[in-house]
Amino acid sequence: MKLADEAIKSKNLPILKRIGEFLSRYMAPLFISLILLVGHLSFGILEGYETIMIAIGTSIIVDLAIGKLYTGKWKNLTSAYISGISVSILIRSTFYWPYALTAAISILSKYVLRYKGRHIWNPSNFGISWMLFTAPLFVAGLSVQWGNNLLPMVVIWMLGMVIVYRAKRFHITITYVISFLVFAYIRSLITQDPFLAEVAPLTGPMYQLFIFFMITDPPTNVRSKKGQMLVAFFVALVEFVLRLNQFVYAPFYALTIVGPIAKYIDLRMTNSKPQF
Amino acid sequence: MNPKTPLAIQILVSTFFIVLLSVPIVLGLKTKKSVTQETNEQAKATALDLFGFYIEEVSDQVGVDFIHQPPKLDVKLDHILPQIASVGASVSVCDFNNDGWNDFYLTTSKYGEHNALYKNLTDGSFENVADELGVGNINIKGSGVSMGSVWADFNNDGFEDLFVYKWGKPELFLNLNGQGFENISSGSGLPAWINSNAAIWFDYNNDGNIDLLIGGYYKEQIDLWNLENTIIMPESFEYANNGGRNYLLENLGDGRFKDVTFDKRLISTKWTLAIGAMDFDNNGFQDLFIANDYSVDELYLNVGGKEFKEIGKESKIGYAPKSGMNVSMADVKNDGKFSIYVSNITEMGILLQGNNLWQPVGNVDRIEFKNRAGISGIELGGWSYGSQFGDLNNDGFQDLYLANGFISATKNNSYWYDYSKITGGNKNIISDATNWPAIEGRSQSGYQLNKIWVNSKQGVFADVTEYVSGIPPYDSRAVAMADLWNRGVLDVIVANQNNNVSVLKNYIQKGNNWIGVKLEGTISNKSAIGAIITLVWDNHSQSQVISGGIGFSSQNQRGIHFGIGKSASVDKLIIKWPSGIEQIIESLEVNKIHKIKEGNEIS
Repeated sequence: MKLADEAIKSKNLPILKRIGEFLSRYMAPLFISLILLVGHLSFGILEGYETIMIAIGTSIIVDLAIGKLYTGKWKNLTSAYISGISVSILIRSTFYWPYALTAAISILSKYVLRYKGRHIWNPSNFGISWMLFTAPLFVAGLSVQWGNNLLPMVVIWMLGMVIVYRAKRFHITITYVISFLVFAYIRSLITQDPFLAEVAPLTGPMYQLFIFFMITDPPTNVRSKKGQMLVAFFVALVEFVLRLNQFVYAPFYALTIVGPIAKYIDLRMTNSKPQF
Repeated sequence: MNPKTPLAIQILVSTFFIVLLSVPIVLGLKTKKSVTQETNEQAKATALDLFGFYIEEVSDQVGVDFIHQPPKLDVKLDHILPQIASVGASVSVCDFNNDGWNDFYLTTSKYGEHNALYKNLTDGSFENVADELGVGNINIKGSGVSMGSVWADFNNDGFEDLFVYKWGKPELFLNLNGQGFENISSGSGLPAWINSNAAIWFDYNNDGNIDLLIGGYYKEQIDLWNLENTIIMPESFEYANNGGRNYLLENLGDGRFKDVTFDKRLISTKWTLAIGAMDFDNNGFQDLFIANDYSVDELYLNVGGKEFKEIGKESKIGYAPKSGMNVSMADVKNDGKFSIYVSNITEMGILLQGNNLWQPVGNVDRIEFKNRAGISGIELGGWSYGSQFGDLNNDGFQDLYLANGFISATKNNSYWYDYSKITGGNKNIISDATNWPAIEGRSQSGYQLNKIWVNSKQGVFADVTEYVSGIPPYDSRAVAMADLWNRGVLDVIVANQNNNVSVLKNYIQKGNNWIGVKLEGTISNKSAIGAIITLVWDNHSQSQVISGGIGFSSQNQRGIHFGIGKSASVDKLIIKWPSGIEQIIESLEVNKIHKIKEGNEIS
């Protein structure tokens, strides 16, 4: 998002170019909205509009309020929107309150869990992981699978790849995917389960959101390209260990563990300005 | 922290954050808080005092020692056999010899094992007469194994006949005046081979001859003992259409049935696990609610007995795919409207489908339902299978019994991780059983208690399981309710997978009255299946329907049981027969079973 911000500095660009820049700037929220819309219309992933309204509404209100308190300014709401939409897609509950609580925890984590003035956890990853770990009586992860069909998977993967490529994050996604496949093979050797069973989760929508939106999140990533690839590898490695110990939500937990450690090391090694 | 942000604000926000983090932990601890343990006698007294009843397992005392056995299938399925062979324990209630006492039939699913027909000896005990009467030895190698059964008097001779659906060759038994049964499957028009877990009797065209609907699970071409390949699993866990086909078999009235499935547009190859029939649009013909595993449920409107029209999406029941495993219906608010209860899977922290209670919110011109299981308090079960509504405490409101539990094997060693891993995969991966990780003796949603919910008078239910029942956790499948000892009380029979059947005697607080109704059709089918009965008393009104199979692999007693609370009299009984005749009977004596013939006075 920051890259696009810089690109859109000039207001005197031709209209088509400005539209292009706008799309580029808001590619991530547009893409995740598209996934949500298509997913809901074709597979009913939301099971109603109330939960998404609650999650996005809570994210926006909390981000606006706390952002104003902290900085004195009204915040750009793109990040809050993505967090809210991620929460509404990635958790499932038979109650309404967990959607609000997860969204609030996600946004607040940006303001509270900080080092050198920067937040070190991906907000929705932290919120979702916390709830999945501490509230199994009330929430579960995404169970809808796009009908287990090949076509939606291929379309989302292709679109996602284009978007992360344009955002200069392709190397993160591809490093993670290759690492996952290698570790899946090793797991199949260890557990004696079929290789395809180990690969199966990667073909589902939970991973599509994970590899295109969570592990590529710029504010919580390290700065160098090699460092980002190393972090993606370590996320896959920790996930490998968690999967061997039968953690259903291994990818979320792996990012929750690896992400802040990597960010902490990165910030220690560099001088950075506080950022909200 | 932002150094420019005032410290007070930072502390305030951080405190708020910590409070929010602690919310799920605190709520979790509160939920897990156990109830105070009482002695057995104290618990019974408490249950009677608070809820008006308690139930107790009496299988051994009454001579019922039946054990369900699972099938052994093709060796290529051995690695996931507990999951594949996870059904087949069923129960269907019937007074097969017309002596006025309920008997019941149980199925097992292993080659060489015999099904059981428990005859009510009227002295409090039961005797298995299945082999003696010719309905025991039907799990014969090469012919498949039993999955369930339903009773109806298909030839209108006054005795209920028996249909057994199988993974294999379905069987139809003609009741010979209650003295024995003749297997008339051959030449009757039944399909040669099915892999079915659901069937009901209903008269789809109201011609007085009861018809048969069989739901398909695995494709009918598959012989699970001799697989050609291992691509037999659902292609999707949400929208699978590679299950078995359904069969609508029209009763021709001469002992033969004709397959009219496609003519009547009842075309579906979803993985059906339960079927319920009810006239939702009040046109005099029974419609169908079909619960499907791995997909959305379906609602078929019966268009004048000419054809069926699927309105799942229009009626709002056909959007969210779950694991439909049960259909039961009841007038839960005593307002004359039937709600539909569909069981699904709830595994805390992993899969929260929740069960559905579809309550009608439309009218006869616009059939529409809304899922109100959550606010009704009956959403969260477990890995749920069969359920039945019935007034367990005779207070005049329909209560609910729900069976739970999938695979109880090694404790604290769950298959859920591997299950969630494979089910996230693409259809090419999941549809091949070879790709499924081996279960290796692990449990999955095992050791779950069944649930008993009491209707607290406005269609809102309270979970009273821990108070009224001390039944250990089995992997329960089918549930049937029947007054087994003619006491004016609904007892419960639960068929447990790979385990003993549970006969649960219901003890109720004295003082509540009841009325029993047994119907006999003359123009309508003799079993009166499809008749809707409404009892009006003391500013109350409750409707019930006579079904030819309801729940999961189960059938309740044919007679209808109404609790009426403390009322000492009733105003009237309204019977809407399948023929269209409406019969109103006044001045019914309470605490008595009334036999009513279509168009005639009561006896």
